Amino acid sequence: MNALPWTIYVSFAGAALLLALGRASPGAARGLALATALTGAAAGAAGALGFTAQPGLQTLVDTPWVAGIGIRYHLAADGISIVLVLLTGLAATAGVLFSWNVRERVAEFFALYFLLIGGVYGVFLSADAFLLFVFYEIAIVPKYFLIAGWGSTNREYAAMKLVLYSFAGSALVLAGLLWAHAAGGGRGFGFAELARAASALPAAQQVPLFGLLFVGFGVLAGLFPFHTWAPTGHVAAPTGVSMLLAGVVMKLGAYGCLRLALPLCPAGFAAWQPVLGGLALAGILYGGFVALVQEDFKFVIGYSSVSHMGFVLLGLAAATPQALAGAVLQMFSHGVIAGLLFAVVGRMVYDRVHTRRLDRLQALGLHRHLPFPALVFVLAALASMGMPGFSGFPAELSILIGTWRTAPLWALGAAAGIVVAAAFTLRVLQVAFFGPSEQATAAEAPPVPDPEPITWPERAGAALLLAATVYAGLKPDALLGWILPALQSPALQPILRGNTP
Amino acid sequence: MHLPVQLTWLIPALPAVAAAVIAAVPARRPGLGAGLALAALAGSLILALLALAGALADPAARLIHTFTWFDLGHGAIRLGWLLDPLGTLLAVMVATVGLLIFTFSLGYLRDDPRAKQFFCFLSLFAGAMLGLLLANSLLLLFLCWELVGLASYLLIGFWFQRPAAARAARKAFITTRIGDLGLLLGLVWLQDATGTLLLFDGGRGVLETEALGALAGASTVGGLAVSTAIGLLLFCGAAGKSGQVPLHVWLPDAMEGPTPVSALIHAAPMVAAGVFLVARVYPLLAADLALASVPVHALTVVATVGAITALFGAAVAVAQDDIKRVLAFSTVSQLGYMMLAAGTGAWTAAIFHLLTHACFQALLFLSAGSVIHATHHEQDIRRLGGLRRRLPVTCATFTIGMMALAGVPFLFSGFWSKEAILHAAHGWSVSALPFHVALAAVALTAFYMTRLLAEVFAGAPRGHGAETAHESPAVMTIPLVLLAAASIGLGFLGTPWWPWLQSTLDPAFQPEPGGAGLMAVSIALVAAGILAGWSRYGRLPRTSPEAADPLARIVPRLHRALAARLGCDELYAATFGRLCTALAAATTALDRSVWDGCIRLLAQLGAYTGLVSRETDEDVLNSGFNAAGDGLRAGGRAYSRTQTGDAHGYVWMLAAGFVLVTLAVLLGGVR
Repeated sequence: MNALPWTIYVSFAGAALLLALGRASPGAARGLALATALTGAAAGAAGALGFTAQPGLQTLVDTPWVAGIGIRYHLAADGISIVLVLLTGLAATAGVLFSWNVRERVAEFFALYFLLIGGVYGVFLSADAFLLFVFYEIAIVPKYFLIAGWGSTNREYAAMKLVLYSFAGSALVLAGLLWAHAAGGGRGFGFAELARAASALPAAQQVPLFGLLFVGFGVLAGLFPFHTWAPTGHVAAPTGVSMLLAGVVMKLGAYGCLRLALPLCPAGFAAWQPVLGGLALAGILYGGFVALVQEDFKFVIGYSSVSHMGFVLLGLAAATPQALAGAVLQMFSHGVIAGLLFAVVGRMVYDRVHTRRLDRLQALGLHRHLPFPALVFVLAALASMGMPGFSGFPAELSILIGTWRTAPLWALGAAAGIVVAAAFTLRVLQVAFFGPSEQATAAEAPPVPDPEPITWPERAGAALLLAATVYAGLKPDALLGWILPALQSPALQPILRGNTP
Repeated sequence: MHLPVQLTWLIPALPAVAAAVIAAVPARRPGLGAGLALAALAGSLILALLALAGALADPAARLIHTFTWFDLGHGAIRLGWLLDPLGTLLAVMVATVGLLIFTFSLGYLRDDPRAKQFFCFLSLFAGAMLGLLLANSLLLLFLCWELVGLASYLLIGFWFQRPAAARAARKAFITTRIGDLGLLLGLVWLQDATGTLLLFDGGRGVLETEALGALAGASTVGGLAVSTAIGLLLFCGAAGKSGQVPLHVWLPDAMEGPTPVSALIHAAPMVAAGVFLVARVYPLLAADLALASVPVHALTVVATVGAITALFGAAVAVAQDDIKRVLAFSTVSQLGYMMLAAGTGAWTAAIFHLLTHACFQALLFLSAGSVIHATHHEQDIRRLGGLRRRLPVTCATFTIGMMALAGVPFLFSGFWSKEAILHAAHGWSVSALPFHVALAAVALTAFYMTRLLAEVFAGAPRGHGAETAHESPAVMTIPLVLLAAASIGLGFLGTPWWPWLQSTLDPAFQPEPGGAGLMAVSIALVAAGILAGWSRYGRLPRTSPEAADPLARIVPRLHRALAARLGCDELYAATFGRLCTALAAATTALDRSVWDGCIRLLAQLGAYTGLVSRETDEDVLNSGFNAAGDGLRAGGRAYSRTQTGDAHGYVWMLAAGFVLVTLAVLLGGVR
């Protein structure tokens, strides 16, 4: 039997154990959390190894749940799920490592953390739309408590904004799912059944249905102009949670778009396509320009996430095999890189110098005080700019190649977005770490409180994420070998363009 | 013994691995890092020589080795290596010049505590550059191209504590990335149109007849042939890297890096990448030449940009006062010559000039570095002077470099390569203008180089640095002497009587007869330039740093404009810079005020609704249900707090937006 479903169970069991046993001491809670994350990641990896990539979802578990309206507990996976499950394992492990210094109510923190992770695994493995929705909601709720309870800057506002945006998105999704369910005569929520029912609807009904689903999921993917929850949420969240938000939670939205919105309503998609391309492009450029002038280090990263997720949405909108493959690759890539960036900003820098204002950081000349974080940030910044050798390059290249076939102008705009990304990344890199030391004489420079040495969990987490982005950058085949067969799935064929080379 | 093409990867890999190892070596042993960098590059040089020997044995045969990087469903992304005379010759040049620059750096950066990083970046640079030259795939070329850009960013910004250096590094990276945008889109288009990015692939490569015919046969926006459009996009990348107008602005600023870096970037390797790219994809650029009814040929654009750049660089160099800045603009000008040559069809002449320029420009920059090192970092030529006695070796090598750059006849390499370019421009059938522009630039070049030589070495010292100068150590002067020898000797590889280089690069090369008259004209122009320069600057050397430039006395306005580099930087700051700032400000305002403002407004509305509901609860519904009412009221109060009010706001906002977008799609999208 495949180990993939155990990712979900291990995470939920970990959350329960943490509540039951973890209150004894913070150390025990941390150890338990790391063990849970590693076990989940190992289950995902083991499942991936025992998985032969082929078109279509392969069922893992399938039993009736609410028989009356055809809801089933149906878990299944294909190559896309596998890639995202692996990403979740990585992000969850790194997030625990970078949350090592959480001191208040440690057990509760990690219990909520793994509730969220379990929900995320569940979404990526569901083959029943209602089940997916349930897991989706499970992933949303803990975010509120994690940000409101352990966050910083303006945390209650941010937590509420984030959760309400998410719920509003869910409401749209739920409405869409119920519509599709009704159209199918109420027989069930299985992906295939819904697709059969919804794609038979006339175009005039598919257009609003597609809108409900895509916009509903898109909110969580940072779809412009529904993205404003993302920067404030990322900034307010504690480091580990920022890493999860940018790393995997934004992927939930994109995954929902790819898994449900696109296959369900091909005709609706055709009508929406120009709008989606425009919104994705707007997100890429808009996020980049806003990031260019932020004064708060974390806001720069937050807006850069909007920009990078724009590439994912652009890949979905272009809907060629290359663009979709690139979009999934970019989900993985951004998950890892954004996690790394937030780890440097939130844990390695902020927790030591207690400021995120770029003008203050500039005066500190941080590269002298914190050489290791500076090195990690340089590498992460290169990855974020899409330099060859890191995962962003093959991902963005595939998206551009795929997008060119659909609309060369989109590719042009997206490529311009890469230049903007270089501009804001280099700016923040130079200002935050390599500020001119001549400007600030010893008297003017705010004293750096003797920085706590970099701890082993930080080194391990950074090494883990860097290894992932470099490996995926040098050998994208490792992931594409899973992704490409999944794109041959019959569910995606109606919307795929350019099937002939 | 020849290098098997399967092992080509070793040439770029050696320096790249050295860079990684140096980064890992503890900083306490800087000598180890430098030694490793030198050894790795020397190894690359030997391998490149073996590869060159193999390529020269049969210049027409192209040795290729390809492999798949990743599969993308429809069309795998393939990379590969190519050994042909063009690539291997330049690889040998890069490795040789690089080795001399590395050696020079040993002396120049002896006291710098971060020398280790410096050699790490240098090695990365060399590895990426060598990979670029030997790639058989435009994508592999692009990968290396980006790494070259990254390495040059790190090198230019090496002294990042200086705000000017940090700014220059960023400017270089972003300006070249704007060009790279075109290159990237060109690649994407090419991949889409032909399904491959391999240059040569046994008949299926993009530079082979079948693909070229298809690309030239199809037409796109504005009546351009697809090959023209793709060629021009690729040329954008070349123009960015090779400092062509209007993307030249980063090049002069890039001299903020240590002087060996300037030599590496300006002289040989980096800026050559753009010219190399044009030479490499020349068949693609020339594919549209047979078409009569297209609005413009790709090569015409290349030639025009080249001619403008050649004149622009030479004119601006006349009025600069920083020794490295003069040389930087001379680089811009010489790169313009190379593009002009490639655009008029003589890409072999462009490569010839590239090779000679690599030697004499590296020589000039390193000599300038020697001057700067000897005078304790004095770069202002108004405060130098009188150095011919104090720095005899540097003076001699600088003079040789100056003569080669100015094109002094017969003995110096620059003369022969420039002659080949003028010859090509003269024979260009499209327009005679570039030829005249090039002739004007010849005279200007001789003039400003004479000025530079006179200001630095003639007369009496005019500053403390110049008064106390001592000749640099042998580790620095020996590379200078070697480069000086190459600056003379290389010219004889491509004379009209024995055009070995041209016919090796291009087996179809036919030397054209004639040209003695043209040679006489250019010799006369060089002589006029040198005489004019000497009469203004050498005969009566400057006496004090404050004395006005003779040119400023004759044509003050023109001199001011040229000294201000014709205002390009200011123009960009006022247009693109402003636009970018305005966009950033506008989007931020939009995010903070409009999106968030809408939400806050709706939240207020929501709160108001909550208030009304509570009032309704109390006044209408609650009467008679007192017991239940207390509970309700508490709920109502909680409800009316802003947070809960927000809920309404957000949902309203989303719903309203959703309805609007759906309506838009329904009305506009469905047919």
